[in-house]
Amino acid sequence: MTIPRYWREFQHRYRLVGTKCPKCGRIYFPPREVCPQCHRESVGKMEKVEIKNSGKVYSYTVVYQDVPDFKFLKPYVFIIAEMDSGVKVTGQLVDIDPKEVKIGMPVKIAFRRIREEDEAGIIEYGYKFVPNE
Amino acid sequence: MRDVYIVGIGQTKYGEHWEKSLRSLVVEAGLKAIEDANIYSRDIQAIFGGNMSAGSTIYQDNIGSLISDFSGLSYNNVPAMRIENGSASGGAAVHAGYISVASGLYDLVLVGGVEKLTDVSMEDQAEVVSGEVDQEWELFHGGTLAALQGLMARRYMHEYDAKREEIATLPVLSHEHGSENPYAHFRNKIKIEDVLNSTLVADPLTMLDMAPYSDGAAAIVLASEEKVREIKPEVKIKISGSAISSDFMLLQDRENILNLKSVRISTEKALKMAKLDINKIKVFEVHDSSSIMGLLILEEIGVFPRGKAGKYIMDGYGHHDSKVAINTSGGLKAKGHPMGATGIGQIVESVIQLRNKAEKRQVPNADKALAINIAGTGSVSVSHVLEVV
Repeated sequence: MTIPRYWREFQHRYRLVGTKCPKCGRIYFPPREVCPQCHRESVGKMEKVEIKNSGKVYSYTVVYQDVPDFKFLKPYVFIIAEMDSGVKVTGQLVDIDPKEVKIGMPVKIAFRRIREEDEAGIIEYGYKFVPNE
Repeated sequence: MRDVYIVGIGQTKYGEHWEKSLRSLVVEAGLKAIEDANIYSRDIQAIFGGNMSAGSTIYQDNIGSLISDFSGLSYNNVPAMRIENGSASGGAAVHAGYISVASGLYDLVLVGGVEKLTDVSMEDQAEVVSGEVDQEWELFHGGTLAALQGLMARRYMHEYDAKREEIATLPVLSHEHGSENPYAHFRNKIKIEDVLNSTLVADPLTMLDMAPYSDGAAAIVLASEEKVREIKPEVKIKISGSAISSDFMLLQDRENILNLKSVRISTEKALKMAKLDINKIKVFEVHDSSSIMGLLILEEIGVFPRGKAGKYIMDGYGHHDSKVAINTSGGLKAKGHPMGATGIGQIVESVIQLRNKAEKRQVPNADKALAINIAGTGSVSVSHVLEVV
């Protein structure tokens, strides 16, 4: 990944910045330029909004594939979480024994290293989920 | 809109073709389809090529011209376009070909699809196959296509209280049919226990829940009413419905990840065009890129009630001689999944059934077929209804 491709998503990946449609109030993450409900009435008017960092597991899986970027994590827990802000967010769930994961368990967002390129490449950070006691 | 007919079919065996290149595969399928239609390649007025990944596997783009040239049509300067819609590239190419004949612009069109996956390593294949999910918000976090399907399977078991064994019924059925198809990637039969005990890929899904990465190509020739009268095929097969639909790219953005809205809408539209009810259809080819995807499609179009598809298959539904015949080709699971060819291959199988040439896997009195080809977790769905007329 080139640096600009990673850099332009900083605020979304570091601080969970999404967008809110001022017309219908719906929140989107990742951010959208246009609300799929309000269409052109939302264009140019979408507002930045930070997603609340807590939610619960909507579904989970444990990935055993040899995914080149995540080989050192294999197997990793991968989830969709239903956030308290009303959106669903996709990512890895860490700091947990895969056997302990359950649908409905509370999780929160943590800032973590996601993957790194070869020795000269960049280290990419972003969000992962951790259990929320 | 004019009526559109299928007058020729061709396909390669699906599997690992170490000795064959992308271009040789697609040319083989295309020439077979032209021969089957009993026409000459110079009669072809346009080509639509379905391909998903040549740009990232063999770094070859501009596939349309490549297909046209190496099919021997370089002196004919035929219009040739590549259609890319992930795993639904093949179905989308058929839809494009359909539009081009129905509109009145062309009378005889070749639709060919191909994928060549064994020219890259297994690791890279997994990434290429996941090229159809969202790179920034799914794959960036490790959300491969298999991982997303694992999420769907887990939610399915949770929401419907379905047992793991029920999900494993579809691969067993697909392999049983695949064992009778000489073009299938895998021709071995498997049992439910084999699926459950196979290597985990994305829990609860194992290796035997997932369609393989296959090389292969498939092609069909489409004709207008005027041309079909000239060609006089033994069995006249019409595309009575052709529809494509899209949905949220990200699985997380769908209200319920178990509802495949794109599948429902493309199928409803195709059936409406054909003026048919789903219960009039006997032959189904559905996109089982994994067991769970196949089951969700069958439930979405109303063949089985939600959460119950596996139970019905366990009770014997789905076999070629049962009330509804599902994936008589072997499906993506056993016949194989060369993405750009997959949707066209489903139509090739449907035509074989409607021509009554499927031998041991023949559906009795097959007269109407429905083929559903999707991309990713359902961000694209293409439905085709075929009928003997």
